[in-house]
Amino acid sequence: MNFPTMDWTILMPTIVVIVTGIAALIVEMLRPKQNNNLIVGVSLVGLGYAAFLLFQQIGAPTATTAGGLVLRDQFAVLAQLITVGVTMLCFLFSEGYLREKRIAFGEFYPLAMWAASGGMMMASTNNMLMMFVGLEILSISLYCLAGMARREQRSEESALKYFLMGAFASAVLLYGIAFLFGASGTLDVSGFREAMQSDIDHLKSFALLGLAMMIVGLGFKAALVPFHQWTPDVYQGAPTNVTAFMAAASKIAAFAGLYRVLAGAVDLQSYYMDVMVVLAILTMSIGNLVALVQKDVKRALGYSSIAHAGYIMVGLLAHLNSPDKINLGSVLFYLLSYSLMTVGAFAVISLTAKGGKEGTRTQDLNGMWKKAPLAAGSLLFFVVSLIGMPPTAGFFGKLFIFKDAWNSGLQTLAIALAINSVISVFYYLQIVRAAFVDDEDVYSPQMSSMSSGLRLTCILCILGIGGATLFAQPILNVTNQAGKELNVYKHDIEDVNDDVVDSSVTPVPGLTGSEAAGG
Amino acid sequence: MEPTGFGMISAILALPIIGALLLLFLPPDNSKGIKWLTTIVTGVTFVASLALLKQFSSDTFHFQMVEFVPWMSSLGIDYKVGIDGISIWLFMLTTLLTFLSSIFSFYVGKREKPYFLMILLLETAMLGVFTSLNLIVFYSFFEVSLIPMAIMIYIWGGKNRNYAAVKFFIYTFAASIFMLLGMIVMAKQHQQVTGVFTFDLIAWQSAVASGSFWQNTGNLQMILFWSFALAFIVKCPMFPFHTWLPDAHTEAPTAGSIILAGVLLKMGTYGLLRFCLPLFPEAVQANTNIIMILAVIGIVYGAIVAAMQDDVKKLVAYSSVAHMGFVVYGIFSLNHVGIMGGAYQQLNHGISTGALFLLIGLLYERTHTRAFSDMGGLKKQMPNFAALFLIVMLSSVGLPGLNGFPGEFMAMLGGFASAFNGSFGLGLWLPFIAGTGVIFAAVYLLWMFQKVFYGPVTNPMIGRLKDLKKWEIALVGVFLIFVFWGGLYPNTFLKPMEKSVNAVRQMTLNPAGRRPAWDDQSYEIDEAGDLVQQERLVSPANFYSVTTQDDLMRMDQEGL
Repeated sequence: MNFPTMDWTILMPTIVVIVTGIAALIVEMLRPKQNNNLIVGVSLVGLGYAAFLLFQQIGAPTATTAGGLVLRDQFAVLAQLITVGVTMLCFLFSEGYLREKRIAFGEFYPLAMWAASGGMMMASTNNMLMMFVGLEILSISLYCLAGMARREQRSEESALKYFLMGAFASAVLLYGIAFLFGASGTLDVSGFREAMQSDIDHLKSFALLGLAMMIVGLGFKAALVPFHQWTPDVYQGAPTNVTAFMAAASKIAAFAGLYRVLAGAVDLQSYYMDVMVVLAILTMSIGNLVALVQKDVKRALGYSSIAHAGYIMVGLLAHLNSPDKINLGSVLFYLLSYSLMTVGAFAVISLTAKGGKEGTRTQDLNGMWKKAPLAAGSLLFFVVSLIGMPPTAGFFGKLFIFKDAWNSGLQTLAIALAINSVISVFYYLQIVRAAFVDDEDVYSPQMSSMSSGLRLTCILCILGIGGATLFAQPILNVTNQAGKELNVYKHDIEDVNDDVVDSSVTPVPGLTGSEAAGG
Repeated sequence: MEPTGFGMISAILALPIIGALLLLFLPPDNSKGIKWLTTIVTGVTFVASLALLKQFSSDTFHFQMVEFVPWMSSLGIDYKVGIDGISIWLFMLTTLLTFLSSIFSFYVGKREKPYFLMILLLETAMLGVFTSLNLIVFYSFFEVSLIPMAIMIYIWGGKNRNYAAVKFFIYTFAASIFMLLGMIVMAKQHQQVTGVFTFDLIAWQSAVASGSFWQNTGNLQMILFWSFALAFIVKCPMFPFHTWLPDAHTEAPTAGSIILAGVLLKMGTYGLLRFCLPLFPEAVQANTNIIMILAVIGIVYGAIVAAMQDDVKKLVAYSSVAHMGFVVYGIFSLNHVGIMGGAYQQLNHGISTGALFLLIGLLYERTHTRAFSDMGGLKKQMPNFAALFLIVMLSSVGLPGLNGFPGEFMAMLGGFASAFNGSFGLGLWLPFIAGTGVIFAAVYLLWMFQKVFYGPVTNPMIGRLKDLKKWEIALVGVFLIFVFWGGLYPNTFLKPMEKSVNAVRQMTLNPAGRRPAWDDQSYEIDEAGDLVQQERLVSPANFYSVTTQDDLMRMDQEGL
């Protein structure tokens, strides 16, 4: 029996994260419960090493290993890098928060790292089974984490809700994969293409059905409307550091998966494009509109993360619609800035936990400017970035997505995005207001003092957002390398399917098949 | 363009930011230190802007002291700032008003640190708006100015501050986001015409001047014009988008009101003058009548509503609607006198209304009320205050000899000339109705003066009031200098902006190919106000200010 040759550099970052998780668990068992500092230290070192390994691979050529199960391209490397970075940021402020909440269980760190590794697997594969495995690793870890505040009913409820609905979504995804396998005999996303090129008509319908189910399964993870129902409850109930992780890392993974599937099914585009456009508009609008009436900060931010999923979707669709002009630069830039501002915002909100209690209503932020001026200032900065006000990275991310959407002919999406930006102002302003209002409010909640980890998280997030703005050009140079494969791929299809009109996408103006092949 | 590195303008933009960073290190309870630091920083900024004024040359309409630093070059977003005749005075006005309002803010007794932080951030944002030459940079400053202002209203505002701040924020944000979309479309259009995707104003204008930009674009110019104009009209604010202003003014703290009325509103008219006129020439000509009608409605409506108010600040806020109506009215008369008048009236409105808000603020610090019904007979108690108030109030009325008069008069004259010539479909009834606005202004302002200063003392509190202190008189005195200077010798201010204003007018009115371009240094405006192209000075046939039929035919043959 021949084992496939392994390119360990490609696998190493994920392995490092998993092994660090195991090491952290061992440390947890050896140490007394009171102090998790060593675990945090070990985890940060391991994650830092993984990030370093990934950083080295920026610009490395596209390659697969493990018999085609694991893929390294620019998108995979960058998505993994952001995931690892987000995990580190979450760890920085977790310890202080968990202690204040009296749930300082060391298990948080290994579980979160395994979740991250699951996300990394999802980002770096074109194989649907591998993606499913990654998704399950991610999800099961998150189910546990969501219920970590064992004494809180809300936390338990959120874990159970997440688990039941998540299991259902996974099943749908798996069913979709089965359809794809049935239609093409392969588990690779290239199966879509094979099925489309086959002469047997019903294979196409199977592939289409499979695609639809995969979109549902992954859309659930990415919290696309109408598969978003779980988000606010779970975001509200889960411990805040877990919420931050879910909102950033798990969303990146979901979008990575979604991207792989949609890119693989690019010749089914004429079928899914309209649907996805509608989904994106719904996701943006419903996310923002429902957020308007929320009284709970975590819920409001949960809905805001739904809205942001819609924005990211717009960028993704722009790329899929015209891969010859638009790469994934904007999407990755947006993912980066979104992760930083979301983690930052949740980190600040974690201040409301004190002495085993935690208030997450809007008025629980009252008086923050006095008790923790740095936190209040950072919150203002993050919210400004979430609104998409210049000169923050949130603005430039949105600007790039606007531009992409417009350039690829998705003007409706661009306008919907603009309108949604306006709607979102209302509830974001309410959050800032709560943090800055003064004496008129009798209600003055308690608030824990800022731990040094939290302070560091805030500063790093602010620096990251500011840095992403200042160095947008170098970042774009790197991120724009991602997604080039699709262009080549799509031209291949156009060469092959020159006469199959309905299965190919709108022809690229100015580029005939021969030119594309030559280039 | 070759990178020039950061220069003087950037240094001035950075000064308040540096001040803000220093401020962060002061302990929040060191109220004196915070106030003095801010005053010194804004003072230094003002002095630095004087140095900038000294270097400024009024011999050219081109941008001067242009600084260019590459940023996101592949997307056409670069840091580019420069100054010309239109922006130089607004720049000066900003530094002056910020300085004066930070002196006034010694009265602030609550949460001083964030307050002065906001003033400093606001100053940089405002200065950035008036100097940026890249549209995305402009948009950034334009939006950034919202945040400190909204926070000032939020935290230090009056009773209804939450509503006012949110309304202010939403109105301006909502209007400007579509300007952002418009910018992207403009950049894309520029790419289609020239192959370069850029947000550079000078590059855009150059393509517009040559006529290639809007060739075969159908309705696009009209749509984009409105996407830009709407953002600026809301900011001005013009009827019917003015409703945020009275709320914001009433609730804002005094320094906020001074800056809001003095500078933030000017961003709207500045935007119209800087972007809408040069970039959308045909659309401007086609839509002038609509905007003129809105401006006239604003003038009359603002005046009538102002007369009905019981709150001093609300009255001045509505008077701002009327006065800004005059500015827009002048600008969209699209002739030299009118645009000059509009541009000049911008400055004077900043001075007079700023001074009015300052005086109201000084009064409010004593009485803690702004309702007319609580006042009356103040003149006896505060004679100095009454005298200063009278002068400032009369300058706002537009009394000849004071600064309110020349700008308003020129704007009216320009509007009348355009209507008289029947250009742009303007009816003669417009200037007549606009003229009544001047009478109304006298009515409501004198009325206010009467109610506040004369009559019997009904409120016992009035009897305990003390007149202005010396430093307060000095503070108002600075405004008075400009009130008289602007009224008696407006040439100081008109001269430096004349060429830029003239160039903008010709960018709008001349046919394509005959428009001056900011990037073409060979164009210049000569002393007579005519456009000349210096390379061809030898041939007198190329002197032109008026395009003749022959010229047009020749241009057709040349394929321009």
